[in-house]
Amino acid sequence: MANKAYQRVYTQLEAITKATVTLKAQGVANDELAVVHGRLAQVVKTKGDMVTLQVFSGTEGIPTDAEVTFLGNPPVLKVGEGLSGRFFNAFGNPIDGGPEVDGEERQIGGPSVNPYKRRQPSQLIPTGIAGIDLNNTLVSGQKIPFFADPDQPYNQVMADVALRADVDKIILGGMGLTNDDYLFFRHSFESAGALDKIVSFVNTTEEPPVERLLIPDMALTAAEYFAVDKNEKVLVLLTDMTLYADALSIVSNRMDQIPSKDSMPGSLYSDLAKIYEKAVQLPDGGSITIIAVTTLNDGDITHAIPDNTGYITEGQLFLRADSDTGKVIIDPFRSLSRLKQLVQGKKTREDHSQVMNAGVRLYADAQNAKTKLENGFDLSDYDLRCLDYAKDYAVKLLSIDVNISIEEMLDTAWKLFAKHFSKAETNIKQAMIDKYWPNGD
Amino acid sequence: MKSTGKVIGIVSNLVTVQTFGPVAENELCFISVGDTRLLAEVIKVSAGKASVQVFESTRGLKNGDNVEFEGRMLEATLGPGILSSTYDGLQNDLTTMHGVFLQRGEYTDPINREKLWDFEPLAKPGDKVAAADWLGEVKEGWLPHKIMVPFSFKGEYTVKSIIDAGSYNVDTVIATLTDESGEDVPVTMTQKWPVKVAIKSYREKPRPSRIMETGVRVIDTFNPIAEGGTGFIPGPFGCGKTVLQHAIAKQGEADVIVMAACGERANEVVEIFTEFPELIDAHTGRSLMERTTIICNTSNMPVAAREASVYTAMTICEYYRAMGLRCLLLADSTSRWAQALREMSNRMEELPGADAFPVDLSAIISNFYARAGMVVLNNGKTGAVTFIGTVSPAGGNLKEPVTESTKKAARCFYALEQNRADQKRYPAVNPIDSYSKYLEYPEIREFLDESVEKGWTEKVAKAKNLVRRGREAHEQINILGDDGVPMGYHETFWKSELIDFVILQQDAFDAIDCNTPIERQMYMLNLVLDICDHRFSFDDYEECRTFFKNLINMLKQMNYTEFKSEKFNTYLSEIQNLLQENGE
Repeated sequence: MANKAYQRVYTQLEAITKATVTLKAQGVANDELAVVHGRLAQVVKTKGDMVTLQVFSGTEGIPTDAEVTFLGNPPVLKVGEGLSGRFFNAFGNPIDGGPEVDGEERQIGGPSVNPYKRRQPSQLIPTGIAGIDLNNTLVSGQKIPFFADPDQPYNQVMADVALRADVDKIILGGMGLTNDDYLFFRHSFESAGALDKIVSFVNTTEEPPVERLLIPDMALTAAEYFAVDKNEKVLVLLTDMTLYADALSIVSNRMDQIPSKDSMPGSLYSDLAKIYEKAVQLPDGGSITIIAVTTLNDGDITHAIPDNTGYITEGQLFLRADSDTGKVIIDPFRSLSRLKQLVQGKKTREDHSQVMNAGVRLYADAQNAKTKLENGFDLSDYDLRCLDYAKDYAVKLLSIDVNISIEEMLDTAWKLFAKHFSKAETNIKQAMIDKYWPNGD
Repeated sequence: MKSTGKVIGIVSNLVTVQTFGPVAENELCFISVGDTRLLAEVIKVSAGKASVQVFESTRGLKNGDNVEFEGRMLEATLGPGILSSTYDGLQNDLTTMHGVFLQRGEYTDPINREKLWDFEPLAKPGDKVAAADWLGEVKEGWLPHKIMVPFSFKGEYTVKSIIDAGSYNVDTVIATLTDESGEDVPVTMTQKWPVKVAIKSYREKPRPSRIMETGVRVIDTFNPIAEGGTGFIPGPFGCGKTVLQHAIAKQGEADVIVMAACGERANEVVEIFTEFPELIDAHTGRSLMERTTIICNTSNMPVAAREASVYTAMTICEYYRAMGLRCLLLADSTSRWAQALREMSNRMEELPGADAFPVDLSAIISNFYARAGMVVLNNGKTGAVTFIGTVSPAGGNLKEPVTESTKKAARCFYALEQNRADQKRYPAVNPIDSYSKYLEYPEIREFLDESVEKGWTEKVAKAKNLVRRGREAHEQINILGDDGVPMGYHETFWKSELIDFVILQQDAFDAIDCNTPIERQMYMLNLVLDICDHRFSFDDYEECRTFFKNLINMLKQMNYTEFKSEKFNTYLSEIQNLLQENGE
């Protein structure tokens, strides 16, 4: 971003913290970009003629006589078809050695869609993973995170989901990705031959954390270009939103704001909502679906980051290692897709929701039986059958390595019910039992 | 002459303004950014400086930008045409806005000024009237919309003239009133009212004396809410708060429903205006949208307008209440509103209270809940505003400031429980912790005795006790093991499971089960209690479990079938057979 000739250069900083600098300046607009000592910064506060700037790459080595120039506009991204297949950094500059993208400059973090102009999401996004498609069906225009401990293979699952989903564009926003994960995404996109429909904005752990704050807005500005201007179905992948929130807390801390729960800024809910609510089904057919990753600390979902996320997103997919089967499963109790009823039984077979509920309820009974077993009590015949069922259910349906059609998932579930239970024990509506209960078992 | 000012400080949407001339707390002002004017509200004044919260993004705003104060507070525009509208938190009509994106500084009229309404006068020249008295009536769809003496009018007025019946737009002067000093005042079909001030133009506010039916068994049977009552639904995410609230909105026995989507998901609002026009109100047979108004400030819309949205919604309810109608206000979620207060308080660098919320949070919440209620109007007719808010406690922990403050203010408490939700026992309302204080009101008990059946509250108490005892038995079974407890424990536990599965749990997505009229609720509770009174004899707990599972399955199938239909009766006789085979 080159300086414009007529701009005034300031050379005296009044205060410097790890993430911000403060100086006297006039005529500065809120949210405007500036260059401080050659680094990009953004106006976050003005008070009288004192202006506070958030320096994205950190303030290490910035002297009090650093040169500061204001650029006169908030952060922008050049949008155009040329974005496809490219990799960018948090500032929207190419990192793949390719040329700059030609196109129209758009301010990132723009206004929200008028809720009245939205359409109800109604298109199924099948992933082949039964823990998702059967129990937590995804719908276009939805926003949903994976909740996972850092040791879970969430990036792999997300890449699988993205590549199997029937969408026009995939936009990856990587925040604090390790270099290895960045290369993993790059490799899986390349080897799937899908590179031309993918746009990536990446901030790796080698880069300063505050830069991450730009990634979601960059990714979503690109997504809005394809969804609104081109009426395309866009899938946005954001990983890892916990690292994004950590960067938010660094900045708010440096600005002396009073922290709320878990030393997160009081505005965390609004900050996250601004990103996730960009997910939308548009009237002209375009859509933005957001799948994110929120890493947890030892499965704790009461921490401010997953907690606020859960209130914003339309459900969550909870990854868990199942010790009974050795598989990584999508936890049926803690996972939820709030939009599933918009497609279940409408875009899928009529028995879908009844089968899903019965499957999970019986799995819950198995958990009770397991507790009894652990406490040293005798198990009833029903308990034993539940435990057998739970193993089958985890391996054949919940495990993330399952890749079958929804029809096959439903048939598999009926077979498991018939194998382990009587009709009455499933509590399913009689009409469905009459039609789908496997004969001869 | 309007006061003016200049911007001297900006932190996100909190702007400090150097003021020239007098300003009032909560006064509105416009800040000019280029050609755009941004609406803002004064939230603090000190030493010639006003702190204002801007209802829009402040991107591009500069120190030195001009500010013009408006000399009025945030007001709602009240008049025919509000019903079925979709507004933002400041009552801008979202349906008449241009473009897919919300444009900053675009403000639209809440009311259609051209539309003609068929006016019928109700007052005649010479009548003595006061604020909120009915002057005339227009048909707003199906609803008799009263044109009233504006709420801001003080003292007694005499009707000097009133327009003849006919079609007029809302700005037509429909009456001229003469005040006590002999001055003539024109009245049109619309009026304005500051949203943060309660409308108190009524004769008295008695205690609520009847129940508002919701068709949700765990509410109507176990903890009913009164017409003109208050209630709240706290719960962690994923416990079905929104599904429950939508069920109440669909089935609630009210004339007018206002849904305030306050800092929640936009897709939930989309669900309302996609589905409600298709759904039929079971009480009136009309489309649900004909009685519903949506105020939405979704989570990505400007934070400051979140607080305004609940007040705007309440003002609209109070307006319809003054017409003698029963209104239901649903706000999802009041925690988001509290968080908006916290964000502002934080930016103003106020000393924080618990969890960094402002210290007056509790007072703000109880003031707001106090605006609900049943009232007797000046003409002796009654109207009601029932208010149900949801609360989203951080981490699902109910010991947090918003839940605790709300608990002090609301009379009904519907605690959603993670554990029940995990087991897919929906609605996940905890039957033991939840309560309705209205069950203690003598007038409500009397109402239930008459409208449901004599001794109904005692039956409900009995059912609750069975659930409580079942829980205790379950704990003992878990500690001592199936074999370690007497047979009676298993029976007690399974009786509570019976109530749980048949009465408490309800399938919000099943066409029949979703809505249970009170008559059917009475029938089912009596049936279930009769079963619980049955003397069983079981050889072992395994037999007990199988027996009850069977019984529950049949009763659940009953819930899925048309009330007293052939199939329903078949299940009933099967159940009776089953009971005859066991015990006496």
